[in-house]
Amino acid sequence: MSETAMPPESGLFSVGAPIADTKAPPGPIGERWDVRRFNARLVNPANRRRLSVIVIGTGLAGGSAAATLGEGGYRVEVFCFQDTPRRAHSIAAQGGINAAKNYRNDGDSVMRLFYDTVKGGDFRARESNVHRLAQVSVDIIDQCVAQGVPFAREYGGLLDNRSFGGVQVSRTFYARGQTGQQLLLGAYQALERQVAAGTVRVHARHEMLDLIVVDGRARGVVVRNLVTGEVSAQFADAVVLATGGYGNAFYLSTNAVGCNATAIWRAHRRGALFANPCFTQIHPTCIPVSGEHQSKLTLMSESLRNDGRIWVPKLAGDGRAPADIPERERDYFLERRYPAFGNLVPRDVASRAAKNVCDEGRGVGPGGLGVYLDFADAIARLGRPVIAERYGNLFDMYRQITSEDPYRAPMRIYPAVHYTMGGLWVDYDLQSTIPGLFVIGEANFSDHGANRLGASALMQGLADGYFVLPSTLAHYLAAGPYPSVDETHPATRETLAAVRERITRLLAVGGRRTVDSFHKELGTILWDHCGMERTREGLTQAIAAVRALREEFWRDVTVPGSGEELNQSLERAGRVADFLELGELMCIDALHRDESCGCHFRAEHQTPDGEALRDDEHFAYVAAWEHTGGPPVLHKEQLAYEYVELKARSYK
Amino acid sequence: MNITLRIWRQPGPGRPGHMVTHRVDDISPDMSFLEVLDVLNQRLTAAGEDPVAFDSDCREGICGMCGLVINGIAHGPQASVTTCQLHMRSFADGDVIDVEPWRAGPFPVLKDLVVDRSALDRIIQAGGYISIPTGSAPEAHSILVPKDDAEDAFDAATCIGCGACVAACPNGSAALFLGAKITHLGLLPQGQPERDSRALAMIARHDAEGFGGCSQIGECTAVCPKDIQLEVISRCHRDVVTALFHHGEQQEGPPEDQTGGNLASGPAGD
Ligand code: SF4
Ligand code: SF4
Ligand code: FES
Repeated sequence: MSETAMPPESGLFSVGAPIADTKAPPGPIGERWDVRRFNARLVNPANRRRLSVIVIGTGLAGGSAAATLGEGGYRVEVFCFQDTPRRAHSIAAQGGINAAKNYRNDGDSVMRLFYDTVKGGDFRARESNVHRLAQVSVDIIDQCVAQGVPFAREYGGLLDNRSFGGVQVSRTFYARGQTGQQLLLGAYQALERQVAAGTVRVHARHEMLDLIVVDGRARGVVVRNLVTGEVSAQFADAVVLATGGYGNAFYLSTNAVGCNATAIWRAHRRGALFANPCFTQIHPTCIPVSGEHQSKLTLMSESLRNDGRIWVPKLAGDGRAPADIPERERDYFLERRYPAFGNLVPRDVASRAAKNVCDEGRGVGPGGLGVYLDFADAIARLGRPVIAERYGNLFDMYRQITSEDPYRAPMRIYPAVHYTMGGLWVDYDLQSTIPGLFVIGEANFSDHGANRLGASALMQGLADGYFVLPSTLAHYLAAGPYPSVDETHPATRETLAAVRERITRLLAVGGRRTVDSFHKELGTILWDHCGMERTREGLTQAIAAVRALREEFWRDVTVPGSGEELNQSLERAGRVADFLELGELMCIDALHRDESCGCHFRAEHQTPDGEALRDDEHFAYVAAWEHTGGPPVLHKEQLAYEYVELKARSYK
Repeated sequence: MNITLRIWRQPGPGRPGHMVTHRVDDISPDMSFLEVLDVLNQRLTAAGEDPVAFDSDCREGICGMCGLVINGIAHGPQASVTTCQLHMRSFADGDVIDVEPWRAGPFPVLKDLVVDRSALDRIIQAGGYISIPTGSAPEAHSILVPKDDAEDAFDAATCIGCGACVAACPNGSAALFLGAKITHLGLLPQGQPERDSRALAMIARHDAEGFGGCSQIGECTAVCPKDIQLEVISRCHRDVVTALFHHGEQQEGPPEDQTGGNLASGPAGD
């Protein structure tokens, strides 16, 4: 019934050589990270000052990496588009960070965190990387506590834990509903300490617009100073991208409005493979859209599902206020369909279930695009003060946005784009297919497969930045310093010219439509056809629509102002132009993956009761795409499951 | 709703600026204030005019990037929210609303409503951290923190570094921002070894950046979107005095170049 892939003759893509080596050491999985570190070359502390690293992005991954590399004694140049590194969007992560500390003595272990993550990812993540992530998780908590991150505590002074979607143990550490903020400030403070020490220089309000590749190695970047408009080349022995995900391709998402794919997309165009671009997480608990004007969506932390119960009326079109709907006429659909996990099923499962009940006409609120998240039982059981202590800031945020009081009436929530599991392909060392280009955090693809579990993004960002990259990058740098490069090198000249030419081109179109109008239209195409449910027919249409829109963009966009000043329209234009290319690849990837797995739900592949139907025989691989200028080339990294048995995921 | 915005327009750093009137019709009370600026910018762009430059990123009140003085109040008329979380239901149909950037010597305007707040980063660089290189941390549970201290530290740590406190302060002081960090780290056992040096270095940097002194009027806490309490300023002051005392004990007499800083000494001269 299933084909191995779309027939390449359809012209959308071709199939190239498989990826044979991920550089993970052989041997028992529990020893691989030790083996890798032992075999890695070291850099003599006296030589580190002569080695330079560029880090793009200052979220949890980039901030922690830059601080750690600075502490190690390397020369670090950091770039971020915001006005200070402390603003990166990790700051908005609410719920928590996982670690296999087993403080609750509830049967947790490194192996269980590893298992939960592989299973939660619906068997599309790489075992070696995930196991390392679970191992390193415990060190992260130690590091952050020592930095002064004010995690929630119990009365005895010990750290508190809670549980999160997709798991049955309590391993999530949290700082009220602002865990990301507190972890990021910890990394930011460590980074600023290195700035004071002179090892790190931060260039805020700078955006990376291209990668400089010399003799096959990443040797620098072209950046634009967003205040003066100056475009310049920056050089180093290695480049680290920590620029987050590409959820803003959908226009409406929970990402910050500035989040973009430009750094990773430009690197992709320079030769870095892009893995699993169609794996985008739609988060179940967001505040529903309120109107046309909406510029972003706001997440309500998944931790709310610990105490809130999700329901809709049993009757389609039931227009009564929630309080007027008696208990027996409510459908607690997650508890009903998934008795073992109830409201704590993984995100992809919860989102799709919410979509289904709304499609049946049982959604609530404007347009019927919402479900209730009800705290009445929890407030009755635990009292309002306990709920306020756990979720107070989230309730306030909800009230601020909707002007409704969730202590009195249930919240209304609906799924929204939140995170991208796909990203640049990296090996075990977090190195892309361009030597010297390392990719960490959400910007890479490596740890979450087809679905990320709650409280695992913060864990991965900090694991990569504090612990993994500093070891693996040292191995690469130990062969340096690499021959010096400057502005006169032909590769630099070509890259600078390409960046300048593109800016000139954007400013010169002189059409009638604003950048945002294109962005919104792209978002609608992707949401409708490459969102929670995908079909062959829809994706085929979407590819044509994205191509047509891209063509129209370059014919009819209008970008006011000049390139030599602070010009926010120009910044957005470049980002949207890249989303218009990436959007097509997302759809091609979704079309070629002729199975359902995790977030990727192909309507053609479902069980009789509507669960995702994987096709491990044909699709147990990472799809890593090569840019050609024409149809992309697919390289497959076959996934082997030696430690977690490959089986249908069930949360029933 | 229809409203009129009078917006500060300034082409670049150090250039003269002035208020320009823009009408925005047909907006919904559910829109955020920044979404109204988005709508205005769409219209200006379509009409071939220069859109209004303003900062924002998360648009959910946590990154600290947004910040406008609205009708003379930093972050606008509603207490405890950032500009991005202010909704038009806080205004009435027909309102005329003044929109200006943060005004403070250490925050130069870059364009229109965008200012440079890097001075706040430099205050953190001076000592707003605990020195713990990656890998050197002890087991997390070897450090017990009484729940109340953890909660109070957390409250102070929620500062988003927006700079509204500076914009609101008649003296242009960043005392609330500074106090929040001193309090966060000073309340935790992990923060004790560097408590003295942190207080002295951060206050010195605060003053050197040109922020004014604090004479305790409380305008700052009234506009703070995270409700950072004035008490953090007293704590900061106490830590500085204690540090000077310890320093004096070591040096046998107060060092001449160390003072309590501008914190307690009124407006910065200029
Ligand atoms: S103390 Fe309040 S007003 Fe000042 S920077 Fe922090 S959050 Fe903003
Ligand atoms: S309390 Fe101090 S810092 Fe706050 S507004 Fe008054 S003088 Fe300024
Ligand atoms: S835009 Fe982030 S706080 Fe307002």
